[in-house]
Amino acid sequence: MPAIMRTTAARLSALYLILFAICAVFLVVYMTSLSVRMLTAQTRDAIHEEVASLDLAYQRGGLPRLVRVMEMRARQPGANLYLIADATGSILGGNVESLEPGVLDTTGWTTRPFAYQRYGETRSQQDGGRSPGPHDAVAQVLRLPNGMILLVGRDLGEPEKFRKVVRRSLMAALGMMGFGAFLIWFFVGRHALKRIDSVSEASNEIMGGDLTRRLPVTGAGDEFDRLSENLNSMLDRIAALNEGLRQVSDNIAHDLKTPLTRLRNRADAALSGDADDAACREALEQTIAESDQLIRTFNAILMISRLEAGYSAESTQTIELDATLADVVELYEPLAEEQGVVLVGTTKEALRIEGNRELIGQALSNIVDNAIKYSARADEEPAGEAPRVTVSLERSKQEARLVVTDNGPGIPASDRERATERFVRLEASRTQPGSGLGLSLAKAVMKFHGGRLELSGGDRGLSVAMVFPLGKTA
Amino acid sequence: MKILVIEDDSEAASFVKKAFAEAGHTTDVAPDGETGFTLAQTGSYDVLVVDRMLPRRDGLSVISELRAGGDTTPALVLSALGEVDDRVTGLRAGGDDYLTKPYAFSELLARVEVLRRRVGAKEIETVYKVGDLELDRLSHSVRRGGQDITLQPREFRLLEYLMRHAGQVVTRTMLLENVWDYHFDPQTNVIDVHISRLRGKIERGFETPVLHTVRGAGYMLKAG
Repeated sequence: MPAIMRTTAARLSALYLILFAICAVFLVVYMTSLSVRMLTAQTRDAIHEEVASLDLAYQRGGLPRLVRVMEMRARQPGANLYLIADATGSILGGNVESLEPGVLDTTGWTTRPFAYQRYGETRSQQDGGRSPGPHDAVAQVLRLPNGMILLVGRDLGEPEKFRKVVRRSLMAALGMMGFGAFLIWFFVGRHALKRIDSVSEASNEIMGGDLTRRLPVTGAGDEFDRLSENLNSMLDRIAALNEGLRQVSDNIAHDLKTPLTRLRNRADAALSGDADDAACREALEQTIAESDQLIRTFNAILMISRLEAGYSAESTQTIELDATLADVVELYEPLAEEQGVVLVGTTKEALRIEGNRELIGQALSNIVDNAIKYSARADEEPAGEAPRVTVSLERSKQEARLVVTDNGPGIPASDRERATERFVRLEASRTQPGSGLGLSLAKAVMKFHGGRLELSGGDRGLSVAMVFPLGKTA
Repeated sequence: MKILVIEDDSEAASFVKKAFAEAGHTTDVAPDGETGFTLAQTGSYDVLVVDRMLPRRDGLSVISELRAGGDTTPALVLSALGEVDDRVTGLRAGGDDYLTKPYAFSELLARVEVLRRRVGAKEIETVYKVGDLELDRLSHSVRRGGQDITLQPREFRLLEYLMRHAGQVVTRTMLLENVWDYHFDPQTNVIDVHISRLRGKIERGFETPVLHTVRGAGYMLKAG
């Protein structure tokens, strides 16, 4: 395929050209045949009238009058064909010098156009002697009562000339179509498709590494703009995901490297000569504990990724949120008591949702665990009050809200969004044990259930709400 | 106890074999599903430990075919897949327990020992006795040395589980699974606090401890 045909514009133009040409040829042929037929009918009408009037002349004045009328008419410019012959077919009068043999044997209409020659037209002067003699004509042949033959006919015009006209107009039409195709190519190719080229150019740059580059939007609001806008928002999303991934790998590098280094150093120290058996044992136990924490972190990362990738719906069932609340409160109550925290669960309305009991239980456990951990220190501060964590279940319009509220130090409003990101451990919590994945996991669980995780609070204290959409049946 | 370990990771298999030997169990190792199935069919094992992803034959299909043939040898499924769904499919295929890799050997050992016992004690007793501690499942009462002990419903279930597996190590995850019916990894020391509360109720005022902490593994209920 030649290079030029590789552009959509050229291909479109060629296709249109061919289609229009076929249409034009068909149209010309059809119109031509139609007009020929119409002309023929007209001719016949005229001849018929002529014959009728000649016949009248014959009846009134016999042959002499007929001949006279005929000769008079035959001499007029552009006259019809007139011929009178005897029964044997030899021409007696009229303006026809010769004609195709056999024509005079017919009676009535000639079945097809025939060739003839007029007097004084041996080498036609009309078109500079280019067209030789005979023209085509149709005629009506009438036998007079005395056996003479009368022929009245009409020239069909010069077929060659007609054909030439048709050919010329066809060429003109095709030429215009070619020009039209060129215009289409020019506008579509140079104008519209150029924008596609600019899109692919921009994509190439993006693939080349310039991830901040965006596709051009002209503001015309057409298909190209919509395409570019969609592609741009897709690129934004990819960039955001990419950024998230980068952050996670940075955080993994940081949060996993530290314990791994510690692990390594501890083993190193235990191997060094002066450590006794007890010290080695101690080091090994700490190593196992540290490894367990690492495994826990990895499991949490895996689980979050899985949840974000979408979990199979098979794992959901109808669960009673009040039962889950009671389970988790019951599970954590002794721990809270040990930490000096009052843990209270209140259910305002028993609510059911479609979900995964394990996941919701785990998410709620993480949140309650956090709340207990942070509120436990509440009374150490000057303005502190007795540490308290409340877990409540209530309905708000078409939503079920499972809210865990503590009176710990809380999270500043500016940090709340960040708190649910993976591995983010706000400054205040750096000293606390934990993977930094608890809230991220809860957020992923909520997203999986089509709900959301809301963080709120005043100067002190934090409320973490697990908000589930309620189905129609709930 | 005779254990069949179907595991393709030879290092993991030899470690498990050695560790089981230290705990007093004999272990055969099959490196792939086909060999494992052939060995398991001899029916001479007390417990099967089957890795889920195996060469030549999937671990779950080994178990389901054994079950289809009427073999009820308890089987523990080992898997790197640990999500709720995976656990459900594992158990549905005929596995009796499910453990996610990586795991602590103490966890595996505790679960395998409990599995064997589960089959041994076909009928569940109504009264459990450990030393002078008594638990009646029908009347929901607990007595020690003739003295009534009042327990919360959950504490009762906790003690019931511990007593059913008296003399065996029970891990924290096993407790969370069987007493609370949650399969996630218990955070911090939630279970420990429940245990120490229970311990306070059944040991306070008595000479001998019955609820022992097994370091690095879990808990064990036993007399004296």
